[in-house]
Amino acid sequence: MTATVTTTGLALDGVTLEYGSGDTLVTALDEVTLTVEPGQFVAVVGPSGSGKSSLLAVAGALIHPTRGRVRIADVEVSGTKARDLAELRRTRIGYVFQSGNLPASLPVRDQLLLVPHLSGRITADARAYADELLEAVGLTAKAGRRPHELSGGERQRVGLARALMNRPAVLLADEPTAALDRRRAREIVALLAEQSHRRGAATVMVTHDTELLDSADRVVHMRDGRLE
Amino acid sequence: MFLALRDLRFARGRFALMGIVVGLIAVLAVLLTGLANGLVNDGVSALRTMPATHLAFEPGVQGNLFSRSSVDPAEARRWSQVPGVREATPYGNTLAHAKEAHTGKDVDIAVFGVEPGSFLAPEPDTGRPLEAGTDGVLVSRKLTDEGIKVGDTLVVERSEVRLPVVGTVGDASYGHVAGVYAPLKTWQRIQYGLPGEPPAAAFEVATAIALDGEPGSGAPDAQVLSVEESYGHSPGYTAEQSTMKMIQFFLYVISMFVVGAFFVVWTVQRKDEIALVRALGGSVGYLVRDAVAQVLVVLVSATVAGAALGAGLVALIMSTAPAMPIALVPGPIVTAMALLIALGVLGAVAALRKITSTDPLLALGGNR
Repeated sequence: MTATVTTTGLALDGVTLEYGSGDTLVTALDEVTLTVEPGQFVAVVGPSGSGKSSLLAVAGALIHPTRGRVRIADVEVSGTKARDLAELRRTRIGYVFQSGNLPASLPVRDQLLLVPHLSGRITADARAYADELLEAVGLTAKAGRRPHELSGGERQRVGLARALMNRPAVLLADEPTAALDRRRAREIVALLAEQSHRRGAATVMVTHDTELLDSADRVVHMRDGRLE
Repeated sequence: MFLALRDLRFARGRFALMGIVVGLIAVLAVLLTGLANGLVNDGVSALRTMPATHLAFEPGVQGNLFSRSSVDPAEARRWSQVPGVREATPYGNTLAHAKEAHTGKDVDIAVFGVEPGSFLAPEPDTGRPLEAGTDGVLVSRKLTDEGIKVGDTLVVERSEVRLPVVGTVGDASYGHVAGVYAPLKTWQRIQYGLPGEPPAAAFEVATAIALDGEPGSGAPDAQVLSVEESYGHSPGYTAEQSTMKMIQFFLYVISMFVVGAFFVVWTVQRKDEIALVRALGGSVGYLVRDAVAQVLVVLVSATVAGAALGAGLVALIMSTAPAMPIALVPGPIVTAMALLIALGVLGAVAALRKITSTDPLLALGGNR
């Protein structure tokens, strides 16, 4: 897990995702092409059901697209086996989920240390990096607290720090401001932008909130599975 | 065990409740093994401690062989010639009532007739051994617990045979009745059942021929049972053992389902966490190892604590209520613990299926 510096961040090329078949066929993504450079922060905006989460699922190596190619860092995702997809997620991808998605039993520092533990064991290096990230998101003082003792904004900052733990090439944020008020939402988005620039992660944030886009390097609109 | 331990600590109330249930089941399981062994002891300890390996009963007799079989003790000589048999000696077994001559105390006894000096004649713990030509008997622990001691005399009802107690032996019960070892001739007079000197034919009777060694070919016509097989012919033994077995069986089944149901509910509760770990690239193997470790921590600690408590209870019962048929035997306790743990893990396997079927996509909220 060395710092990943790659020439390519995330590349989606003609990606189509379909569910069901025949009359029940749903096209969640329709010929989506998107390239995100390392350190670039792209916001994808669209209403509910426009395919934003499907985009993240495909870009995050959670599912294979029906058609099209996905490249994460220098790895071609298409045709990769499930086991290798999991490894890709462990080593190359960071997720920021809605409302943090923090297991209730883990104190803040352990939320971060879970990531290296999934890859084997927690090294002294990983511990130091966790502390560095906690400082970067301003939660050093709350490293021992559990999620229920944190505010919504703090939870989301933990989620962001955890997403950075594996030094990801690609950082994906799924409606990270959904549970937050205006001021905290802006703080989180700014922090996300800052961290993606600083750590060179190709970052995609999906949101339905059009007022949060000032920090984005690029804004892409999504409707009915197509990018506009 | 990164998540497992933290979840255990965080949800300690829920896990404690579960642990208490498993622990109480372990207490019950240990009490039941104690009771089962106590009942075996009380039922057939006289057969268990018998130095013979096989018993040759009368051919053709069915049902309770110990009360119905009748053989000629002279056959022992022929049996000792049979290949495989090292020694053979007649054995008598009959239930009787007796009174202690001085105190008038009533006792139920199982009288075992053995030839003094034969391999069946027990070594007394205290007092003297059986002696031919006398009616002196050895009494077992159940009678000494009731206050019968060397020097007392038991008077058998009906036959009025007087049995001076000359020595004592340890546990030797038969059908939950205290055993008394008597010389074969004395036993034959009790078996005859009437006062006065019995006819000569009464002395040509024994219950079976006890054999040391498994008889080969050329054996006389007989029903030969190993001593263990003969347990089932002692009164109540089969019924008691099958009752105990059934109770234990259901206890294990209940425990399996309790543990299984708990971990299924628990796993459903942590579905989000499982989806998260899988989305972060954790393997199914990682989650399963974690969950199994958690199940084992709960089961082993609860079972060990429960078994220790159960063993303590059995010891307490043994010391305060010696009349209760209960025994502390380590082997079956360890078996019961292993069964509880193994079946608990088996029950929890149902929960593991929920782990493997959890879709990492669940971690992405809302619309997709």
